[in-house]
This record gives sequence, C-alpha cells and structure tokens, in this order.
Amino acid sequence: MKIGVCVKQVPAKDAPLAIVEAGAWIRESDIGFETNEPDSYALEEALRLKEKHGGEVVAISMGPERAKQTIKEALAKGADRGIHVSDDHFYKLDPLGSARSMAAALKAENFDLILTGLQSDDQGFGQTGVLLAELLGRPHATIIMAIEVTDSRMKLKRELEAGWFQWVELPLPAVLSIQSGINKPRYATLKGIMAAKKKEITTVQRASLGVPDAHTQHVERIYVPHKAKQTEFITGQPKEIAAKLVEKLKHEARVL
Amino acid sequence: MKILLITEQREGKFNKVSFETLAAAQQIVQHTKGSLTALVSGKGIAPLADEFADSQLDEVLLVEHDLLEKYTPDGFSLALRQIIENTKPDLVLLPHTYQVRDFAPKLAASMGKGMIGDCIGYRYENGKLIFVRQMFQGRTAADVVFAGDPPWIATFQASAFRADLVTKHASGKAPVKPVTVDLRPEQIRTKPLELFREAKQAVDLTQAPILVSIGRGIKAPENIPMAEKLAKLLGGEICASRPICDEGWLPMERQIGSSGQTVAPKLYFALGISGAIQHVVGMKGSRTIAAINKDQNAPIFEVADYGIVGDLFEIVPAIIEELEKTK
Repeated sequence: MKIGVCVKQVPAKDAPLAIVEAGAWIRESDIGFETNEPDSYALEEALRLKEKHGGEVVAISMGPERAKQTIKEALAKGADRGIHVSDDHFYKLDPLGSARSMAAALKAENFDLILTGLQSDDQGFGQTGVLLAELLGRPHATIIMAIEVTDSRMKLKRELEAGWFQWVELPLPAVLSIQSGINKPRYATLKGIMAAKKKEITTVQRASLGVPDAHTQHVERIYVPHKAKQTEFITGQPKEIAAKLVEKLKHEARVL
Repeated sequence: MKILLITEQREGKFNKVSFETLAAAQQIVQHTKGSLTALVSGKGIAPLADEFADSQLDEVLLVEHDLLEKYTPDGFSLALRQIIENTKPDLVLLPHTYQVRDFAPKLAASMGKGMIGDCIGYRYENGKLIFVRQMFQGRTAADVVFAGDPPWIATFQASAFRADLVTKHASGKAPVKPVTVDLRPEQIRTKPLELFREAKQAVDLTQAPILVSIGRGIKAPENIPMAEKLAKLLGGEICASRPICDEGWLPMERQIGSSGQTVAPKLYFALGISGAIQHVVGMKGSRTIAAINKDQNAPIFEVADYGIVGDLFEIVPAIIEELEKTK
C-alpha cells in the first residue's frame, strides 16, 4: 500500500502570537514551530497501516524551508521519504489554492491512500483532505476513528456529533481525514532519528507547479477577538483568590 | 443578495444549527435587501419542508430522492450542485456540522469555488459582506471576504446565532416547491452502513448542576484527582476538553464540545482549558463560567464570568482548602 500523509508545520502551542502590522498574519520570527498535532494522528495511522499491509509511507509538507523539520520528524518516526512543497508565502493561499498546489505536487505519485489530519491548529480551515479528494478524483471520508482494509476496499468508522458513529465503506484509492484520538502517536526513537538522516526529501517549488494564483477568498486581517462577556479577573495570592472566588460564586453568582 | 440556505436533517429531525443558520440568513437578507430560499433534502421529508416554511423566507425547495435518504458526500454534492446551478444564488449558507464539513468543500471545489468555513459571525460594511472566523485555535479572529464571482459558500458554527431569533413568516407560510435532481447509484462511491452509539453513557453530564472541566493545562493524569476533589466538594462532575479524552486520561463520554456533549450547568469551572471553539460551543450556554489559565489571552476568558490568570496547581488547592474550611 502506497500511503501519502500530509503533515503541516504550525506555531508551537504555547508560542506568544504577535500580529504583524498589516494584520493578516503573525510575526514568525522569535516563535517556535511544531508538527500540527492532528496530523501526528494521521501519520501514526499511516505507519500502522504500512506495518500491517506493507508498502511505503511518504510524508508531504507545504511551507517555507522550516517545514522540512516536520518532514524530518515524520521520517524519524518511520515514514520512508518526504516531499517538501516549498513556498515562503504559503499562508497567503486560500484552502482551494493550497489543495490545488498539493494535488499538483502529488498527482504523479498515484497514492493508494492519502491521509490528512482533521484540521490545522493555525488557520484551521479543515478542508484540505476533502479538497484533495475532489481535485484528484478520489472518494473520501472524514473524521475517521478506525480503518479496516480488505483487498481494494476500506471499512471506516466515522465520528458524528454528540457521541454517534457510522460505519461506511469506500473503494481504494481514496483520501481520509483522521480524527484526533484514533491512536496514540509514537515517539521517534534514537535509531529512527539516525535512520532518518539517510532518507530522501524531494523539494518541489510551489511556483513551478503551474497552479493559478486565483483566490476564492482573502483573509483581510486577523486580530485579538472582541470579548463576548465582561470577565471579572480575580487577582492576588492563591489564598486570597480562592477566598474571593468562593465568596463571589456563593453570594454574587449564587451558584454554590 | 440572493441566498440559498441548505438545511440539515437526520431521520426526520432538523439539526438545531439549521435554525441558527436560518437566523443568520434572515439577518443577512435584511442587510442586503435580498431574497432567501431554503432547501430541505432527503426522502419522505415533505412534513419537514412544511415545518421550515413557517419561517420568514421566500420559498422552500423540497428535494426528495432515494439516494438522498442516507448521507453520502457524492450524492449530496452532486444534488446540491444541480440545485445551485439551477437557482443561481449569490450566497449559499450551511450549518457547520460534521456532515457539512465532509461535503461542502467538495461541492464548492466541483464548481471551482471556495468555501469560508466555520464562521462565527459576519459584518455588512459599505456593501461588502465580511465573514468572521477564528484562527490559531481561537487566539485570533479573522475577517475573511470572498473573491471572484458568486456563488459563494459559507458555513456558520454551532451557536454562532440564536435559533430563537428566527422570524416567523409574516403571512402564514412560505410556498414549498418540489424540485428534482438527477442522481444515479453508480455515481456514489461511498456505501453508508449503520449509525450507532458506543456503550451507553454511564454519566449524563447535561444533568449535572456543576461541572469542573480540565484541559491540557492539567499536564498529567496524576493531577486529575485534584480536579476530581474540587468537583466533589462543589457537588459536581468532572469533564474535559477533547485532548484529555484523546490521551485516554478521562473516558470519551466525559468530553465537552462539538464532538462530545453540550452542557449548560449553573457553574462551569474550566481548569487549564484554552477555549478553542470546538470546546466553547459545548459549554458557552452555562449560567456562570469560571476559568483558570496561565495565559491571560486564552480565548476561554472571552466567555468567562470570573477569570483567574495563574498557576492552577497553586490556585486549585487553595480553593479546595477554602471550600473545606467553609463547609
């Protein structure tokens, strides 16, 4: 089974975010980046499918030079090779533009299965998997909690809202968006990290893919959200805070 | 602006977000002085179309087809594309449900169009419709506008608008118009099988008057007993945001948010929860919300009544001590 897994590099969870003056993106200097957590579940699932059915796992990431680090981490965990779709300004792409670029870069690979995480922790569009399927002419399913492969078909457990699930069947080749929590992502071993150094990363310049820059949407600006509620902040030493909070919950909010 | 609202129903019942999105659509129509058509699709759902026609809108389209009885991304995309191409709306609005996020990007892309997903609001400024959505897990908001020609496709997040603000139809009922679509079984690649719930929920969090909820800030499973002790002292239950259940630190049935339960207790006490939208939609209806987080910019403070910026491992034990003292 030849599996492609899309992994994105995003600002680290605890990175302080400063919005650039033009207002449409964050200042990237001085912050750390990490692999988008939802994608680590997709990678783990790809590695498990390979262990069970044989084949190859290819980690694909679009972004500036730094995105290679996320591919290297995937290689260290067990992916066989990487494809880096290079673009310093990839964050300006809309979901369709991103997916068209990824589809153009991946088309010739003819993957049996492409996996993505559910959404990215930065832009959070949550569309890449579904769009890749449409652009590559493949069927898809999203929010996947279990994958059973038999010959050229898959039985999939999809998560629905409010505790409901559904089994669906799909033919291969296909594209799946994996739900977080489907598995426990592994850590890279020292041996894996050493082995990754010999693995190949192919770089494709996004500009060379011939994908038109026509946007369907623009992010005009990003900003700190307006508050929906007037929050009363309680300050002081822990003991004082505790006393004030309990007092307020009892006599002001009357919930205790 | 000509708006087409695509409703969602399952087994003869509308999803609540369909009405919330209707409220949004009615407001946008007022601003843009346009028209509003709603689409109800499925099989054997004529009574639902009739129910929707009670609301203030120009027309309800009713699409019934054997292949729309059960959801498939191919069936829904192909059918809706035909409706959109025939009715030529400027704006197509959908509720941002798990089902919609499964097919709406495909539907848009099949027409070469984009979708602005998961919006929490909109503004109409100088003739321009601006959609507001979150980025960076709720730490920033973003203003997003469509580029290029309509149709434009947008989805609204659960509880972004209030269903009780839906306006009733001024003169009784909107006309219901049956329309047909051309769908063939061989066009559908997904085979939908049974819907099910996992083992029956042992705990019904929706009935708990007080909930203590933990997020990533709890750091390790060894720290959960502290939160459980607080919950017990307050006479409440413990629950969590998704990452805690993904880690297996608490069972999935204790998860609050779009993939878990939606609750509205009299007190919701969030410990170390940043407040991503997927969590907030499950608890923002709580009567009182208290939150402890080390990051003063955490989005949980946007919905909190009482906020404490600090180390929960210092503050929670102090609260426990205070509660034990005043018991």
